[in-house]
Amino acid sequence: MTTTSPFQDIKPQRPWQASTKDRLITFAIFLLSILASVVVVSFTGLSGKLGLFVSFVFVFIFVTSGRSYLQFGSAVAKDSLVNILVAVGTFLTIIPIASILFEVFSKGYKGLYPGLFFQDMSLNSPNDPANVGGLGHAIVGTFLLVSIALIFSVPIGILTALYLTEIKGKFSRPIRFLVQAMSGVPSIVAGLFILSAILYPITKNNSSLLGSLALAILMIPTVARTSEEVLNLIPNDLREAGVALGGTQWRTVAMIVVPAAKSGLLTAVILGIARIAGETAPILLVAGGGDRYNFNPFSGPMGSLPHFIWNSFRAGTPESTARAWTGLLVLLVIVFVLFAIARFFGNRKVGK
Amino acid sequence: MTTENNGDQDNMETTTTPSSLSSVASSSKRKVINTKAMGTGLEARGVHAWFGNHHALADVSLDFAAGTVTALIGPSGCGKSTFIRTLNRMHEFIPTAAMAGQVILDGKDIYDPSIDVTKIRLQIGMVFQKPNPFPSMTIGENVLSGLKLAQLKTENKDDLLEECLVKAGLWNEVKDRLNAHGGSLSGGQQQRLCIARSLAVRPQVLLMDEPCSALDPGSTLRIEETIEELSSSMTIVIVTHNMQQAARVSDYTAFFLSDGGPGQMIEMAPTNEIFARPRDKRTENYVTGRFG
Repeated sequence: MTTTSPFQDIKPQRPWQASTKDRLITFAIFLLSILASVVVVSFTGLSGKLGLFVSFVFVFIFVTSGRSYLQFGSAVAKDSLVNILVAVGTFLTIIPIASILFEVFSKGYKGLYPGLFFQDMSLNSPNDPANVGGLGHAIVGTFLLVSIALIFSVPIGILTALYLTEIKGKFSRPIRFLVQAMSGVPSIVAGLFILSAILYPITKNNSSLLGSLALAILMIPTVARTSEEVLNLIPNDLREAGVALGGTQWRTVAMIVVPAAKSGLLTAVILGIARIAGETAPILLVAGGGDRYNFNPFSGPMGSLPHFIWNSFRAGTPESTARAWTGLLVLLVIVFVLFAIARFFGNRKVGK
Repeated sequence: MTTENNGDQDNMETTTTPSSLSSVASSSKRKVINTKAMGTGLEARGVHAWFGNHHALADVSLDFAAGTVTALIGPSGCGKSTFIRTLNRMHEFIPTAAMAGQVILDGKDIYDPSIDVTKIRLQIGMVFQKPNPFPSMTIGENVLSGLKLAQLKTENKDDLLEECLVKAGLWNEVKDRLNAHGGSLSGGQQQRLCIARSLAVRPQVLLMDEPCSALDPGSTLRIEETIEELSSSMTIVIVTHNMQQAARVSDYTAFFLSDGGPGQMIEMAPTNEIFARPRDKRTENYVTGRFG
């Protein structure tokens, strides 16, 4: 570099950040609090991990706020008190989630082997070791159930959202209320509805089509509500601009509003899939649950991951319980991947 | 048609006090009017507008001659924007809206039930206050979006694209990146893109609702030049809060005012007269900056 800037001696700084000294003091308080809580636990009635945690939180809050109070006064002390409470709350929320993930992973990974994804359980008994048989049929079943549910619920869900945001007809209020109420419907109700409305009177047989119908009932409200929120984010200017250019409402919605909301609508669909991928009750009722490959969605019992898990736990042998944990792991990973994809599309700027 | 507020104008004394702005407006307007495809202008007859029970605009009658630029001025809340939105039937998009009166284009009332409203909006284009290019489209697609929206055919899209962008004064800045997204342009460029978009469907009338209020002075100047150029081939109605702008770009100026009740059109005259010799005391107060 030959050019010399007159400012080259000036380094960018961040005076608002905690200095090394501040960090050391915070760390010291942290260690001190742990020490103090150990002392408290050994000399008082408190005991165990919980006692340790509670006394640690109290000591840490007391010392940190006390320090802020001495240094800056009561307003800053209150601020740091609330900060710590928020952090503790977050920590308490994460514990169960992290422990579920840890449990599923540590118990499930043992059953993972390549054949798991290709074989079915038709030739296996619950007593077979975990590296025999597989959940290929369950993955195929879940895939078929979800895809057919998508075919029903995506058009209905998005059209409902368009009715609520674009047409804003007379029935918007009752429909919005119904959609919200429906998103709280227990999944067993959807299963029973299909069972009594279609399976008993008409088909008299399990099939994954019926399972998909039940899942669609659960998915439509999720898709409709999320899509409605996404479409509401599209500025009204764009609708007016489209109409002012001589477009009909349908052309404007199809050419401008929906493309602008594309990534958000995709997120809505993926969230809907994640909602139904783990549903068990309606599938047990109407799709039955096979332990062999069934590629025909219109007849015969259809396996699925939730059913595979339920069935394996029910068998009760150590081997099949291990198999159930592996099934859980696979299902969790699939749902997590779907959420990650949804986040990815959802975070992209609208319209890009 | 109700005319309860008609008397007001007649009672006002006529004033001839010269305005400080008169010099700005004095460069009298002149132009060779190209009557081809320009139509016969637009006429509002006794237009009223309501939002629910709120009477927002009362009895506005204005004649916009073909090939002229008319500025609508007045303080906020006086009904200018409401009025301009009745001129291409955008008013009806507000759920509680109602109106009375007629808006005549080519001898026909655009509110006649037998009229196809989308055809009306093709003939009467609109540019909005905030630039609003379509986010899912490129610059080129934005300009031609009106054709797709209205399902119109055109012989040569490239020629039309260039023509519209040239007219809007944007061609040189975007000709090398017609495939970039509309959102990648600056605010002023976006607004000129929106003007180009309105031109592509070849309207007879262009309504502009404070098109420069969100823009810097440089972009404002470019858009004023564009208006100047366009006025030879179409009728333009522009709402503006900037009186210098009204004086610079318009042939006629209409002053709107609401005195607590519904907004009314106080007076309309050639722009240099409005600024130099307003007939109404209230107009004079407004254009000389004594209120508003």
